[in-house]
Amino acid sequence: MSLLELENVTLRFGGVTAVNKVSFNVEEGEVFALVGPNGAGKSTIFNLISRIYNPVEGDIRFDGKSILQTPPHQIARLGIARTFQNIELFEQATVMQNLLVGRHRHRQSNMWTELGFTPFVRAEERRHREAIEKVIDFLDLQAYRDKYIAGLPYGVRKVVEMGRALAIEPRLLLLDEPASGLSVEETQDVAFWVEDIKKQMGVTVLMVEHDMHLVSAVSDRVLALADGKMLSLGTPHEVQNDPKVIEAYIGVADEHQEVLA
Amino acid sequence: MDVLQLIVSGLANGCVYGLVAMGFVLIYKATEAVNFAQGDFMMLGAFICLGLTNPQFMGLPFWVSVPIAIGIMGAFGYALDLVVLRRMFGQSQVAIIILTIALGFVLRFVAGLIWGHEPISLASPIAGRDVRFLGVVLGLDEMMVIAVTVVLTVVLYFYFNRTKLGVAMQASSQNQLAAYYMGIPVKRIHSLIWALAGMVAAVAGILFASKGSIDPSIGLLGIKAFAAAVIGGFGSLPGALLGGIIVGLIEPFSGRYMPSGYSQIMPYLLLFIILVFRPHGILAQVHQKKV
Amino acid sequence: MRTVFKTSYDADINLFKHSAQRNWYILLLAFALALPFLISSFAIGEATNLLIWAIACMGLMILVGQTGQASLGHAAFLAVGCYANVLLQERLGLPFILSFPLAGLIAGVAGALIAMPMTKLHGVYLAIGTIAIAILTDDFIVIATPLTNGVMGLFAPDISIFGYGFNRYGNPVGLYYLILGITLLVVLGYRNLQRSPLGRSFAAIRDSEISAQAMGVNVARTKAVAFGISAGVTGLAGALMGHFAGIFNNETFNIILSIQLLLAIVIGGLGTIHGAFFGAAVIALLPQTIAMGRDFLNKFMASGSIAIPGLEAAIFGGILIAFILFEPQGIYGRWFKIRTWFELFPFYRRDMFRRQKSYLKTERMR
Repeated sequence: MSLLELENVTLRFGGVTAVNKVSFNVEEGEVFALVGPNGAGKSTIFNLISRIYNPVEGDIRFDGKSILQTPPHQIARLGIARTFQNIELFEQATVMQNLLVGRHRHRQSNMWTELGFTPFVRAEERRHREAIEKVIDFLDLQAYRDKYIAGLPYGVRKVVEMGRALAIEPRLLLLDEPASGLSVEETQDVAFWVEDIKKQMGVTVLMVEHDMHLVSAVSDRVLALADGKMLSLGTPHEVQNDPKVIEAYIGVADEHQEVLA
Repeated sequence: MDVLQLIVSGLANGCVYGLVAMGFVLIYKATEAVNFAQGDFMMLGAFICLGLTNPQFMGLPFWVSVPIAIGIMGAFGYALDLVVLRRMFGQSQVAIIILTIALGFVLRFVAGLIWGHEPISLASPIAGRDVRFLGVVLGLDEMMVIAVTVVLTVVLYFYFNRTKLGVAMQASSQNQLAAYYMGIPVKRIHSLIWALAGMVAAVAGILFASKGSIDPSIGLLGIKAFAAAVIGGFGSLPGALLGGIIVGLIEPFSGRYMPSGYSQIMPYLLLFIILVFRPHGILAQVHQKKV
Repeated sequence: MRTVFKTSYDADINLFKHSAQRNWYILLLAFALALPFLISSFAIGEATNLLIWAIACMGLMILVGQTGQASLGHAAFLAVGCYANVLLQERLGLPFILSFPLAGLIAGVAGALIAMPMTKLHGVYLAIGTIAIAILTDDFIVIATPLTNGVMGLFAPDISIFGYGFNRYGNPVGLYYLILGITLLVVLGYRNLQRSPLGRSFAAIRDSEISAQAMGVNVARTKAVAFGISAGVTGLAGALMGHFAGIFNNETFNIILSIQLLLAIVIGGLGTIHGAFFGAAVIALLPQTIAMGRDFLNKFMASGSIAIPGLEAAIFGGILIAFILFEPQGIYGRWFKIRTWFELFPFYRRDMFRRQKSYLKTERMR
């Protein structure tokens, strides 16, 4: 049984079919990448998995069970964490506080004990902070622990967002363009982290990425999409050399000639 | 009271609410700011016209002071955006709401200082005259309010769809950045929108004042107009007018057919129901934020 | 500026960042305790009034500053707390020690229930929705005249705890200490909230609902809880206001009061407990300051003591406009800068706190 299964998933906005009968499985422990030109429906698939949108057709299963009846805030509880294409951090809070929000699904205390700040709440807080400290070590965020997000550079924010998703202790991590806007060195860091997330933490990764170097360096399998339809599924090498993929990116050969003629 | 009279007086009130609500919507659509002082703009417009017309103040002829009052309010709106609101560009909606509420307090105080807190009537040539229509007596002032509102709505419609400046305003309301790249001076457009909202408020104020006496606290009528704008759909000009008319009609009818005490809460109950079941108003389509 | 070398997780969890900070607050508490021996009984009344306002401001601050949901209708919850407290005492014969927390609970439940249908609303829509609540509450008090005595109003009995009476005129010092104690409890609860998961989920909703949801925060429910806690604390303040004023009716808690409360916390500085106290100071002391200013002017100009209607609101509005334009962080922000200036002297630079040009973050959905 695969960890995540999409079966014939279709989503329409008005007359536009953003995702058209997409089916794929993500196996436990692999890094799976979605690639494709802008508007191919990659981020929309992420939003479908995190239940921001409802598909009009098809089914999405996590760990064998359909998640289409699960409310969006319960998705994290299942063990699915995500980052956003245009960073959605809590701007008026510190890095630490951002990561602690990631621990929300492990919250055991309730409103009344928290208002009284009972010893149990304090013990829980210590436990959360211990878990956060591991993420901070893993992503080398020590220098920024108590800094406010509003003052951080873009690259660091990307990392913090990844850390916040890891704080959930997910089984499946959805990374939406983890390397966009990053420098070459930072992109290399991301590549190492994705490897480590997979190998050390045993977390399955599903990512959307444009940087083909990163994709072929870290992913086990790649799905290419265009106009919401599946083009090609296979290893990074197979997908990159698939004529249909080349066509989607740079157009058909004879169409090209017509334009020139 | 005949039903027809109820309808006409409700419509007349509703038109004033609708005009104030249109002021809200104009500014909101173009600048994403919400002007909670729009009701006080209306009050100020009414008092400026009154100050120019009434014999105890300046005593100008009514038809001279109307355009002057509208012009002053237009200039006031423009200046307000230029001096105050441009600094607020990019701040949260709530900050601007709070700022304009505070502005309303100040405007009410200033109007009270100049014109006093006693109710005064505008010496307008249409006040208190009746027309007979199908055997019913209707107030000329009320008919006039409805007529002027219809004309103003048509004028605004053509302004936004036919004139170059109006189209530019529409464009910058739909996508500020794109409009900016197309060479539309977005900041000046914003100021002009505020000017336009001031002028519409002045018309609403003059119409309101010609129906009865006014005092500085009538600006609070803006809250009702605001409710009307939300009922109609905050992003749409026809919606604002529709919402205003709905609120205007509910009031006299619930006052007539319901026990006292319940009639003034009806508009807000309706507002509450609309907010719960159709949060973006009657005439609205909703798009989700993209992530 | 002191750099703390953190050696345990508790350094982040504890109430105070370091011992010096704790000592400052102990000093402040000592001052508050000594205050009745330093000032006249009239001034004690003013200080008591300030504390009641501070509780109300903290109540609203939890919602606006912490959760980012604007409410222009919080006078409604002042009213609920006030009426519930007095009616529980008069009709059911409950003692203050029971009716007071119950009044807060009733206001809190009312707030959470009212918030439930409104949790999807943002910005303008939430503002107008809460205004509607305030106006409807005013009218409902009149409609429910058999219970509330409508426009005639109700008298609040003296506070009595185990036979010991607290009265604004008879026992101002006792009342002051009682309300100081309640204020401290509210502050402690607020601090606990800030350092626990619930408070963090409030802040998460304030900054990005979509990612709060992705982190597993039930946005609608958390907003309702924030409304509930906020309304509950505001209700406590309302109950105290009723006792302090002695008599109240539907007009006591009108829409203008709601708006003033919101303006006060903006002037004080959003998102901090300090801000709530600063805002309360402005709202509670402004009428006295204006009156004193007028008396002062009268000595020279003999203009007579004619009250100028709307002057208070206008000065309030003017202060607020100045703050929003020049110091959006409120009095607390200004105070923080001055403190930093002294701490870093002579290394303070003007642009240390320069706000980053934020890109227009639209809240508009259409």
